[in-house]
Amino acid sequence: MTWIWNNSPALPVVLLLPTAIAIPLFALIERRLARWLALAVSLTTVGLSILNLVKALSLGPIHYHMGGWPPPIGIEYVLDPLSAFVLLVINTIGFLVLVHAKKVVDREIPESGKHVPYYAVAVLMLCGFNGIVVTGDFFNLYVWLEIASLSLYGLIAVGSRKAPVAAIRYLILGTIGACFYLLGLGFLFTMTGTLNMADLKAILPAVGHEPAVVIGLGLIVAGMGLKMALFPLHGWLPDSYTYAPSSSSALIAPIGTKVGAYVLIRVLFFIFGTAYVSKTIPVTTVIGWLAAAGILYGSIMAMAQTELKRMLAYSSIAQVGYIGLGIGLANPLGLIGAVLHLMNHAAMKALLFLAAGNFRAVLGHSDIARLDGSTRRRMPWTTAAFAVGALSMIGIPPLAGFFSKWYLALGAVAKKHWIFLAVILLSSLLNAVYFFRVIERIYFARTESTAAAPRTEASASMLVPVLVLAAALIGLGLLNAFIVKGVIGKIVTSAMF
Amino acid sequence: MEPTFPSLIPLLAVAVSLAAVPLILLSSSRPNIREFWTLGAAVAKFGLVLALLPQVLAGRVAEARLFELAPGVRLALKADPAGVFFALVASGLWILTSVYNIGYMRGLGERRQTRYYAAFAVCLSATIGVAFAANLLTFVLFYEILTVATYPLVIHKETDEAVRAGRKYLVYTLTAGVLLIAATALTWQTAGRLEFVPGGFLAATTLSARTVKALFILFLAGVGVKASIMPLHGWLPTAMVAPTPVSALLHAVAVVKSGVFGIIRVTGFVFGPRLMAELGLNTVLAGFAAATILLASLLAFREDNLKRRLAYSTVGHLSYIALGAALLAPAALAGGILHLAFHATLKITLFFCAGAIYVNLHKEKISEMDGIGKVMPWTMGAFTVGAIGLAGIPPLNGFVSKWYLGLGSLQAGRAFALVLLVLSGLLNAGYFFPIVRRAFFRNGSLPAHAKEASPALVIPLLVTAGLSLGLGLYPDLFFRFFRLASATAASVFGGPGS
Amino acid sequence: MTKFLLGHYGYWFVFLLMTLGFYGMVVKKNLVKKLIGMNIFQAAIIMFYLSSAGKWKATIPIVDPAIGTAGTARYIDPLQHCLMLTAIVVGVATSGVAYALLITIYKRFGTLHEDELVERMKNDLDME
Repeated sequence: MTWIWNNSPALPVVLLLPTAIAIPLFALIERRLARWLALAVSLTTVGLSILNLVKALSLGPIHYHMGGWPPPIGIEYVLDPLSAFVLLVINTIGFLVLVHAKKVVDREIPESGKHVPYYAVAVLMLCGFNGIVVTGDFFNLYVWLEIASLSLYGLIAVGSRKAPVAAIRYLILGTIGACFYLLGLGFLFTMTGTLNMADLKAILPAVGHEPAVVIGLGLIVAGMGLKMALFPLHGWLPDSYTYAPSSSSALIAPIGTKVGAYVLIRVLFFIFGTAYVSKTIPVTTVIGWLAAAGILYGSIMAMAQTELKRMLAYSSIAQVGYIGLGIGLANPLGLIGAVLHLMNHAAMKALLFLAAGNFRAVLGHSDIARLDGSTRRRMPWTTAAFAVGALSMIGIPPLAGFFSKWYLALGAVAKKHWIFLAVILLSSLLNAVYFFRVIERIYFARTESTAAAPRTEASASMLVPVLVLAAALIGLGLLNAFIVKGVIGKIVTSAMF
Repeated sequence: MEPTFPSLIPLLAVAVSLAAVPLILLSSSRPNIREFWTLGAAVAKFGLVLALLPQVLAGRVAEARLFELAPGVRLALKADPAGVFFALVASGLWILTSVYNIGYMRGLGERRQTRYYAAFAVCLSATIGVAFAANLLTFVLFYEILTVATYPLVIHKETDEAVRAGRKYLVYTLTAGVLLIAATALTWQTAGRLEFVPGGFLAATTLSARTVKALFILFLAGVGVKASIMPLHGWLPTAMVAPTPVSALLHAVAVVKSGVFGIIRVTGFVFGPRLMAELGLNTVLAGFAAATILLASLLAFREDNLKRRLAYSTVGHLSYIALGAALLAPAALAGGILHLAFHATLKITLFFCAGAIYVNLHKEKISEMDGIGKVMPWTMGAFTVGAIGLAGIPPLNGFVSKWYLGLGSLQAGRAFALVLLVLSGLLNAGYFFPIVRRAFFRNGSLPAHAKEASPALVIPLLVTAGLSLGLGLYPDLFFRFFRLASATAASVFGGPGS
Repeated sequence: MTKFLLGHYGYWFVFLLMTLGFYGMVVKKNLVKKLIGMNIFQAAIIMFYLSSAGKWKATIPIVDPAIGTAGTARYIDPLQHCLMLTAIVVGVATSGVAYALLITIYKRFGTLHEDELVERMKNDLDME
């Protein structure tokens, strides 16, 4: 027991990585073991994440030295409230999506020989994400980033016929992003001589004014911005989300972009510090404006879409813009808004993509024009959950989405950034346009098939995660003050403002 | 501030109809049980609100302070005189509307009744939440829920026209909601307070005049859409495509009165009379209100569709209340608050009549309503009572609220308001009395078997008509409306910001 | 000026490589050429790291009995080389995944040229 307690920062990664390799081996004995192993390890990481969060909140930041080697020579894993929080969000959403994945994988990936590797690669991807969040070493982050990214490309490519093309495009752009990150890290390493995050933070004041450091920071921001799909580096996102199987979309949309955002927050607010990134070099200002443009661009493009997953993809660009806006505000309220939205959007987007997966599974498609009142008749629970997700995205209280916008609005007011405030509010209305279009169709569009449609709600493994997430949106909304004061408040106080 | 005591009753009053929603949804195959849940929830809600009346009349306010919605701001419900007033109106009229609903929906054989009753229950829950909200964030929360919950009712018929009306409704109300959220965020960040305080709390803060004026514009736009202040009224006539009970309760009582209640809260409990007068904000509001009263009364003449004419009439009368808040005189505010209730009983009578005419004779246009008084004497009799009341003629309650509004306009030294009220009364008579005349004194082509509407439809409208008469003779009848209204006015004008 | 140009010749070389790689990735239409460009770009970054490891008159980081362990300035920094071993592996893995994708694309659409591919994808009947 104490062994688990002592090693909990490293355990998620240590468990996930061998499992990913073990899954194909065990599946040779019994195919169904693949899914069960994936679920088991994912559930374990959820438990470990809760444990880590409790530890980080009660004991303060935990520095875990891998192999006992002390930093800056060794690689350390750092559990502070931010990384513990993001870890919990990632693992919980990952678990719910994996529960949902079975039917999707069965239906949307026709070649059954690919099912077992799918779970293995999914676990590998989760491993990568866990590593990114927990590590306290920059190069280690690059390694985990690439592990996660490569798994991601694989998960996207097994979808429809066009999926490999989307995957190769994402691969090229994603590798550019990772290379930018590596190059930026190279500059920083050359100037400071260390790869450890805490060490770098200590050395930075001495060399912060050097052009190489500025370039390094810029390259890291560009690289992570690409991973995060910050406008205008979002080009890979729509196709990837659309052509990937619904489970992959549900894994990458809520989680993939969030780790990019996490790295940005970590680098900007916890290592370089607000004074440097907003006053000395106006990095956050640039991010803020790009994010605002992204919010508007994503919302407007989403309105023009005819297929549900594509609409959700453009919507994701807009929502990532909210997080970018929170980063761009560079004040405590903005950071609260960004971190809270990281969690809220993960839950909302997972819900919406899983619901879209349910629609595809039962109806055979997710074209908006082909949805009608019979959808509600056939799948009342999924439709209701979808409506809850849509209302949360629009920002109707007391659902979770309203509160991220509340804090972002407060942050914008605090900085007298009226344009940002207007963008936040206008985007709620734009969200309402494209979501109510769908709600109108599934609830109120009448066709001949409406009355005759039988009840064919999605199966339990697909329905339960959707319902859990819908309930979570209500709960996270009502309890947001508790989360903000208990967890996010601690994150903000430890940031460098 | 009034002495408060902790109590769960405000919370229960909000929650009881929410609790009924799953029960309604589950009994969709057994209509009688489903209607039982609705009526039960309505009676329970009204009973709970009534239970708060003695305390609030004695000057003690029940308060339910719940968990924090955001750091520093709680979800808080407070049963002060204004809140209890509005809650009584809404919950009391819900009982009557529910009875009417049963007659109407079954009379027309409408589909999707379960969704209808469930949405109604959520709407009333949100309305009581708006009434009892103790701070701006709680207010915004229930206000937005109200917007979303009324949408299924507006588009109930699911025709193209209904869907378009629903879209228009959402565009107006969601935009207003966004502005209201902006105003609340701005208030919280700059003033640091969101609690409603009689007499306003902004005066005690150190905000610049520019900020206060900007806040006022944002708030006015935010609540003004539901309050149908011109030019933000456009959604209301279009929303008449909804079934008549929806128009009756929601668009004559709950939704629009939430908007105008918001105006009262904003002017009296956030800004306060002194601040309003100092910065000339009252003139802005009075100007819009006056223009609305006049224009709406004139536009009502143009409408041949009965419900649309009633809609424009509502727009005009809502601005009576806004004018009452803008005049900054205790009598005017009391009159305005009274009008919130009295207009509700009168207008709901008229809408009930319109619905009865539709169910019975399938007539919507006034030009086709010749001679219906002969066949539906009770209905048209009640209609006449409602028309007289809205024109402001004694002994109906419409005269009482108008009297106090007029008194207040003299108190404030703004005689133009009195002139406007009298003029509007004449215009009201002008567009209502021809309907009465047509019904009783002209002969029209009516189907042979036409007769009075079913009791489920007629009894509620007779009750509301009778109530209007009773309240006109004795404004404190049953519910002490007059005492509640004057207590509110006194608190606003005696509070810190006055 | 010449000192600046000549003194930083390593960085100019790296810059040139990066430009070539980027050019390949962005401008070239053939997917294989894009991948080659990507590999060049990655190689350039690896070169960049390695160039930062060098020291004047230093030898490989294996203990030379003549220098001993005290004179660390006489050995080049091994850390960057280790990091770049990892980076090379990452590059190889990425290329592997990429070429596997290319094989699938070629099998399905018969072309690896970007514009041709877009054309064929449009005509392809897919349920999305």
